[in-house]
Amino acid sequence: MSSSTCEFALRMGDNALILGQRLGEWLGHGPQLEEDIASANIALDLVGQARLWLSLAGRLEGRGRDEDALAYARAQHEFRNCTLVELPNGDYAFTIVRRMLFDAYQRVLLGRLAGGAQAEIAAIAAKSKKEADYHWRHSADWTLRFGDGTDESHRRAQGALDRLWGYTRELFVPDPVDPEADSLRGPWLALVEPLLKEATLAIPAETKFISTGKRGLHSEHLGYVLAEMQFLQRAYPGAKW
Amino acid sequence: MSEKEWPLWEVFIRSKQGLDHKHCGSLHAPDAKMAIQMARDVYTRRNEGVSIWVVPSAAIAASDPDDHESFVEPMAAKIYRHPTFYQLPDELEHM
Amino acid sequence: MYTQSMDLPGQVQLAGDSPEERRFQARVDADAKIEPRDWMPEAYRRTLLRQISQHAHSEIVGMYPEGNWITRAPSLKRKAILIAKVQDEAGHGLYLYSAAETLGQSRGEMMAALNSGKAKYSSIFNYPSLTWADVGAIGWLVDGAAIMNQIPICRCSYGPYARAMIRICKEESFHQRQGFDIMLSLARGTPEQIAMAQDALERWWWPCLMMFGPPDQDSTHSAQSMKWKIKRVSNDELRQKFVDVTVPQAEILGLRIPDPELKWNEQRGHYDFGPIDWDEFWRVVNGDGPCNRERLAARVAAWEEGRWVREAALAYSHRKYRREAA
Repeated sequence: MSSSTCEFALRMGDNALILGQRLGEWLGHGPQLEEDIASANIALDLVGQARLWLSLAGRLEGRGRDEDALAYARAQHEFRNCTLVELPNGDYAFTIVRRMLFDAYQRVLLGRLAGGAQAEIAAIAAKSKKEADYHWRHSADWTLRFGDGTDESHRRAQGALDRLWGYTRELFVPDPVDPEADSLRGPWLALVEPLLKEATLAIPAETKFISTGKRGLHSEHLGYVLAEMQFLQRAYPGAKW
Repeated sequence: MSEKEWPLWEVFIRSKQGLDHKHCGSLHAPDAKMAIQMARDVYTRRNEGVSIWVVPSAAIAASDPDDHESFVEPMAAKIYRHPTFYQLPDELEHM
Repeated sequence: MYTQSMDLPGQVQLAGDSPEERRFQARVDADAKIEPRDWMPEAYRRTLLRQISQHAHSEIVGMYPEGNWITRAPSLKRKAILIAKVQDEAGHGLYLYSAAETLGQSRGEMMAALNSGKAKYSSIFNYPSLTWADVGAIGWLVDGAAIMNQIPICRCSYGPYARAMIRICKEESFHQRQGFDIMLSLARGTPEQIAMAQDALERWWWPCLMMFGPPDQDSTHSAQSMKWKIKRVSNDELRQKFVDVTVPQAEILGLRIPDPELKWNEQRGHYDFGPIDWDEFWRVVNGDGPCNRERLAARVAAWEEGRWVREAALAYSHRKYRREAA
């Protein structure tokens, strides 16, 4: 197994971990109790996926690091999540639109991986794809409700989309770890564009902005996320929990 | 400033093939689509293969508990004491 | 414990003595279940509504002290377990709001009562969760106390409440275990972890004893709730049971319960324990505990900031169904 497979597993795991972390912040603070339950389900799925991917990455790496060693002891520049998932939650429109864009990506990516040659990756992808389908149904439905709801919800959803769109470019930039990344953009757009149209939301203009989280060059936000996530293990090194 | 509440739905779940749907409680949702989605999250913790029915609580007609000795035609009595049950929310007209 | 504030005089109305009330009492005495549309004394309905809604509020406010630690959980496994537990609490709140609504109050009305400070919830959630050990202590002690209180309510006279409690008890099984498991890891850990666990026990012990409510002699209206089979076991009895069960558990952990008067009484067959500071209890129940204001502020913020979300969802439904009907 090449080290680029290990890198790839890290990207998958870190995406799920950081997004799960962000979602976990909403529990008890959501707009309706039923939504808190839905958010918790999705956060649980993502943490579960993170554990699978990070465990695989640790095994492939062969340095004896397990899921917790990777989650709690790596420095910021070693994290391989895309910048999109580390952005702060903002309001519920921002949270939902961010998830919708990512959930669509997960659907097309995991669908491809589930049919792939590498057995371990295909197994994790198959399980995660079912969850991603469910996450997409939820975030797509809410995107419709916000885009085509009230003036206020439309304004918030459009504002969120305007701020988030630029961060999606990174997902489709090919590199040695993921040489076919650009081929996912078509299927991704095929999901996202009709939804946004039905939601009466305008697709923002393309710019030259590209985020670089998956290469380890993050926004200022990840530092804060990790400080919170890792603090106990770092404050009490060597302790078992 | 009073906000219009999400309507109340009664949830019925068939947990396994061959069983009847069973009433397991209620939840609030803006419409049937979200009610089913939420029912899956709340009452089945997302187990696949279950069948979910959701019914607007206000649409359920119930027999009068005082007349259990003789057969009574179902009255328009509502199942709960909830005061807002007796006004059909606007959105139900189109369902 | 969800009726702590109801032990004030004037909070629970007494039954009358009409023929209907006597027939109703006969049904309750015969262990028949009362269902939403059955005739019931107004006092029964109001008492139940207050109890069930306060129980529901306790579940959702109870999401905060543990929810605060989800982002800081020290392993991915602990994180996942904690998310699942907090999710359960939300679900339990929902089952209980569901049961309460059958008695004539809407979710919106109950939320308004909570957010205004008028409705109470269990006093225990007005204490801060300061360390990871608090998460363990809450699971071990608070859930332990809650389970003890909940099992008798599975046999309460009101059908929807009893059924909600049965569902809740089925899901409760792992809550206390996960808390104790956290305490066990800490108690077997580094000196700092042991100190963390000991500190948490010292801060949560007395508030947990207060969870069971005032002593029976001060709970003058418990008798009516007992008659109606809404309350099934007395405050003191539950509190004693809790102490008896928990002391050996603390011994397994090697942690010291902060009560110099705690000792086994061979004659009584129970543990004797020291006096509870009821001034603190009433202060906390009446809104002046360490976190009351923050807990309330969090609920109000969630509800208010979520208003545009709920309105948007409804507006979309209206428009969509109008379009489909056209």
